[in-house]
Amino acid sequence: MTVMEQRGAYRPTPPPAWQPRTDPAPLLPDALPHRVLGTEAAERVDPELLRRLYAQLVRGRRYNAQATALTKQGRLAVYPSSTGQEACEVAAALVLEERDWLFPSYRDTLAAVARGLDPVQALTLLRGDWHTGYDPHEHRIAPLCTPLATQLPHAVGLAHAARLKGDDVVALALVGDGGTSEGDFHEALNFAAVWQAPVVFLVQNNGFAISVPLAKQTAAPSLAHKAVGYGMPGRLVDGNDAAAVHEVLSAAVAHARAGGGPTLVEAVTYRMEAHTNADDDKRYRGDSEVEAWRAHDPIALLEHELTERGLLDEAGMRAAREDAEAMAADLRERMNQDPALDPMDLFAHVYAQPTTQLLEQEAQLRAELDAEARHHEGGHESEGTAR
Amino acid sequence: MTTVAVKPATMAQALGRALRDAMADDPTVHVMGEDVGTLGGVFRVTDGLAKEFGEDRVTDTPLAEAGILGTAVGMAMYGLRPVVEMQFDAFAYPAFEQLISHVARMRNRTRGAMPLPITVRVPYGGGIGGVEHHSDSSEAYYIATPGLHVVTPATVADAYGLLRAAIASDDPVVFLEPKRLYWSKDTWNPDEPQAVDPIGRAVVRRHGRSATLITYGPSVPVCMEAAEAARAEGWDLEVVDLRSLVPFDDETVSASVRRTGRAVVVHESGGFGGPGGEIAARVTERCFHYLEAPVLRVAGFDIPYPPPMLERHHLPGVDRILDAVARLQWEAQS
Ligand SMILES: Cc1ncc(C[n+]2csc(CCOP(=O)(O)OP(=O)(O)O)c2C)c(N)n1
Repeated sequence: MTVMEQRGAYRPTPPPAWQPRTDPAPLLPDALPHRVLGTEAAERVDPELLRRLYAQLVRGRRYNAQATALTKQGRLAVYPSSTGQEACEVAAALVLEERDWLFPSYRDTLAAVARGLDPVQALTLLRGDWHTGYDPHEHRIAPLCTPLATQLPHAVGLAHAARLKGDDVVALALVGDGGTSEGDFHEALNFAAVWQAPVVFLVQNNGFAISVPLAKQTAAPSLAHKAVGYGMPGRLVDGNDAAAVHEVLSAAVAHARAGGGPTLVEAVTYRMEAHTNADDDKRYRGDSEVEAWRAHDPIALLEHELTERGLLDEAGMRAAREDAEAMAADLRERMNQDPALDPMDLFAHVYAQPTTQLLEQEAQLRAELDAEARHHEGGHESEGTAR
Repeated sequence: MTTVAVKPATMAQALGRALRDAMADDPTVHVMGEDVGTLGGVFRVTDGLAKEFGEDRVTDTPLAEAGILGTAVGMAMYGLRPVVEMQFDAFAYPAFEQLISHVARMRNRTRGAMPLPITVRVPYGGGIGGVEHHSDSSEAYYIATPGLHVVTPATVADAYGLLRAAIASDDPVVFLEPKRLYWSKDTWNPDEPQAVDPIGRAVVRRHGRSATLITYGPSVPVCMEAAEAARAEGWDLEVVDLRSLVPFDDETVSASVRRTGRAVVVHESGGFGGPGGEIAARVTERCFHYLEAPVLRVAGFDIPYPPPMLERHHLPGVDRILDAVARLQWEAQS
């Protein structure tokens, strides 16, 4: 007897006790990315917020340019620029309260800086003097994460732990469009939804994962749609519209803080520069595509809104540029000093208590360095810092 | 001996050529990974392949290492020979589940019915100034997993020959590419690249009588340099390039150590739990009565791979190798 022949044993539909948990409709993202600038909705936004966003965008753009220049001078090993994506970076930093946590990926130096991290400390990973040049607890910024999507489960765990402890803390995690294909992305979303963790996922869909366009990354109608299957709302937003990103993220953060659980936000933006300075984007995209996006520049969009409404004049723009210039000059100057490195630091933080093997290796290196120093004695200049 | 026209080529070019020739010879060979198509891979090893063979055979996959290797398993089950690229050493870790739980043991668990001829190309090792997660030497994890072959070339010719052999192998091969040698040039005859060595043979790169340096991959050129420098001390070092960690060529290694009576194992990955421990044990087991001194290891420190500005203190260099050679109780030998 087959299963089909056992009367009642096989049901084409589950028994009545089974209930779909949610109506997917409220979870589904809108068909078009949410926009604020240039619409009536913009009038409701606090002008002070718009001005703050503007100042940070201008700073961010300048920061990207300066960091890119530093790679050309050999001061940074590599820099993945977020030029074109500043609205996402800045909004991600500004929607969070001090007690909240940011989980950035390797491209999100700018979000960390906009959150208040010292620009030089934010660059140690990319300069190569240390992996993470700051104490994550100080600004509540997890280490810039290089393996893709692996920081997402961390964000979920932290947010969950905070809630268990009764703390009113939200975690915001950043990931790229490519990163949404990794298993860790899916596992993080599922955990977050099942635990109703106070976490917000922001996907910066900038069109490419190095050379691979979105169409080869997913067949979903949008990345925001992916939320629905896990049971959380997906929101689609124009990632170049700083006011819109801020609004959508604020709502998601508020929802999470109020116990409403996670949200997946997809911000549609564009990576204006190559993946990093080591990449040749001519191989996989044409100038015309880049030019078309240039007309949708996040700074220009906001500048237009502000000037149209008389919230910003020439003097205001100049002030923003001067502030950005001062930040860049300071960054340049401090990055042009050689970092003082102690090779013995190699052993400093492997364990709380170094193993006997490490103590032996430490002694070996110290002896080598002493020998090197003796060798350089008498006329020879010491080698100075490693570069 | 026939003379052939030799021209300089890089290891990256030789690897690309091996892929191309393998694909031309065998329609079941497929290349897949992140950015391997239009871009030609971040190291340009697969440059031009997508144009020549089309997207069905040279595929830019979604960004998911477990997915890349997991789908390769299914493709191999159905008769294809996937060659997958992991972009960097540390980014292969998401695929470990597939590698260890399935790729390595499918032949065994199916009593030989379902072998998986998959080649997993992994650029590995440091010395290129890469940021965190771009410099790991992960070979110890791979060699600890039964069912995998683990090979790593150190010369342009071997890069070609070993990759051809790996793709032709009916067993899964982890093909470790020393990324700091990608741009190293050798003279090599690309028009007659027929030297396809079977996997599992070490080669003596330099003959000597005083001691044997046993090494592989990125440390081979360092050992060659050390051997040259050692001449000033009156030491005549032999250098054995393993080329294959699994299978391990006990014969070539033992023969060398028996001749010289002294051995130092050199590699970049950490010494504790690293390949050097296994190699030293094997040498000791086989050559105990020939040894004039304990087998020494010169390895990377047992620390997470350091930031680039400090990596020169971590990587085994010529001085550290010569120090070890000096510690082989040298005076004992006349
Ligand atoms: C697990 C993992 N695999 C591969 C890489 C190599 N890699 C670095 S960035 C990148 C593309 C990422 O694209 P996306 O997630 O869209 O972010 P974007 O760079 O566009 O900001 C790749 C493949 C990595 N860092 N981690």
